Amino acid sequence: MKLNENTILKNWPIFLVIALLAVSPFMMNNYWIDVFFFFGIYALLGLSLNIVLGEVGLFDLGHMGFMAIGAYTTAILNTHFGIPIIFLMPVSALAAAGFAWLVCSPIIHLRGDYLCIVTIGMGEIVRLTLINNPFGITGGPNGVFGIDFLSFGGPLVIDTSIESYFVIWIIVGLSILGLINLQRSRIGRAWNCIREDEIAAESTGIDVRYYKLLAFVLGAGLAGVAGNIYASKLMIVSPESFTFMESCMLFCIVLIGGMGSIPGVLIGSAAISLFPEVFRTFAQYRMLIFGVAMVVMMIFRPGGIWPRKRGAIEFKSLLPKAGEDNV
Amino acid sequence: MSKDSNGHIEIINKTENEIKEINKLNQVVLQTIKLTKKFGGLIAVNNFDLKVYKGEISSLIGPNGAGKTTVFNVVTGIYQADGGKVIFKGEDLAGKKPHQIIEKGIARTFQNIRLFNNMTCLENVMAGQHCRSREGVRSSIFRTSSQRKEESEIREIAKRRLQQVGLWKYRDELAKNIAYGNQRLLEIARALASNPDLLILDEPSSGLNDKESEDLVKFLKDLLKENLTILLIEHDMNVVMGISDWVTVMDEGKKIAEGKPEEVYHNPIVIEAYLGKEEEEES
Repeated sequence: MKLNENTILKNWPIFLVIALLAVSPFMMNNYWIDVFFFFGIYALLGLSLNIVLGEVGLFDLGHMGFMAIGAYTTAILNTHFGIPIIFLMPVSALAAAGFAWLVCSPIIHLRGDYLCIVTIGMGEIVRLTLINNPFGITGGPNGVFGIDFLSFGGPLVIDTSIESYFVIWIIVGLSILGLINLQRSRIGRAWNCIREDEIAAESTGIDVRYYKLLAFVLGAGLAGVAGNIYASKLMIVSPESFTFMESCMLFCIVLIGGMGSIPGVLIGSAAISLFPEVFRTFAQYRMLIFGVAMVVMMIFRPGGIWPRKRGAIEFKSLLPKAGEDNV
Repeated sequence: MSKDSNGHIEIINKTENEIKEINKLNQVVLQTIKLTKKFGGLIAVNNFDLKVYKGEISSLIGPNGAGKTTVFNVVTGIYQADGGKVIFKGEDLAGKKPHQIIEKGIARTFQNIRLFNNMTCLENVMAGQHCRSREGVRSSIFRTSSQRKEESEIREIAKRRLQQVGLWKYRDELAKNIAYGNQRLLEIARALASNPDLLILDEPSSGLNDKESEDLVKFLKDLLKENLTILLIEHDMNVVMGISDWVTVMDEGKKIAEGKPEEVYHNPIVIEAYLGKEEEEES
């Protein structure tokens, strides 16, 4: 896509959002910048779960386990061996993706609720393992602390709120670009086919097992990146950040936003991360309001706030002669 | 060598190598040899032999519950056979998964239409070409020039197939929103998109009115010009008699007759299987 006047005019809401996100941190105090940082983390996690849950329709309620693998990989390798965070970003992604491949290979044929239960178990096993401090490297319930800031070498150290805000949102932006390309490719189509009808997908020539595993591996890799950024921002990782409840929150992000919809995921993660801050005065009733909102939404918009629209596929380079169009 | 009514050389009492030679002469595309499939204690398909000749429309008919769809499901890899062989273009398909079998060149449709409901008609047909396209994850994420080229080829073929079945005007509609008859056609277009050698249709005319099944018959006959072979399961005798070159009749998992449509139509065993014995009717 070339960036000319036409594309800007056609997609003005997207550019408006980008502009707002770029300008807004300069008008907010540090507290709100951090709130928006966590909005970004949730967005990245939501996008990663959206691959598994939204695109392929696999119920994954242990997604925080993948993020935990990424965060702990970063934390341990950084504090024990002093490897810079920037190099650990791909390492964390690979660790989480590799873990997903290992764990999901034997369970990938399970359907619906069965897979759901196994992934809950997987997420919990990761968390409990971290608490039990295997080989004395995870620090038990206290976690690992003293993790470095993200540094691009020399004076370029990401140590203020506003800098980490930009880091996370640039990564979210790049991920969205990649994911949109995937959605429009044969791989995205294959994923959607599996979600729609597994047997028909298999008979259409799609290797269902491979593409399901691919979704898990890519989703886990992205969650691993989120874990890396999270660890270097907080400088501490502990098992309590990766609870089952958090996995449920990610599940809600995708469901609220709309399965397989990227703008939907952004709206969902905004709802999950900004909502509690806006309604801080009603802190006691927060879960109550949240619950009611969920129920109301599922009744009136079961497809999510912004479900994916399957629009026309562009044919501009291949348009036939006039008149041939309505055969 | 003795020949049957369609000019195919008979293969009674021949060794395996001789059968291979004869099949080459006869141009057998698909053959099942002593195919058996059991569900628990029920033998759904019992030592079933089927031959499909190149460039013809073959039909598999039989009363309800005869095991026709089971044969299809074994051939297309959805079920694994408990005994016997499925040979396609001289290659044993045992142990192959459905997505590998379509790659070999057998595409199918389903009795109860199975489309990708929440995807557009065009996307459905584009998905049909999955096994004929190669671009991987990395090139898809970065949208490389080779990936864009392949995508536009996929679109182009999908367009041709949609035009062929006359659904081009519905290309951006969701598959679940188009009429039932059109859904059947879309499913055929999706199967054709994989550029198969053998097209297997499971009751393509069920749920269609007379006019629609007439159009379908014409359409299938036209397809033969594309160097395609068609195997269908059919209940509608008019459709079967109208287009089949070769009919195999199945009852209770076994082959009870085969031959040209008119021969089969007058065969007393077939009539009995469909209508029951005369004594039974009286009692």
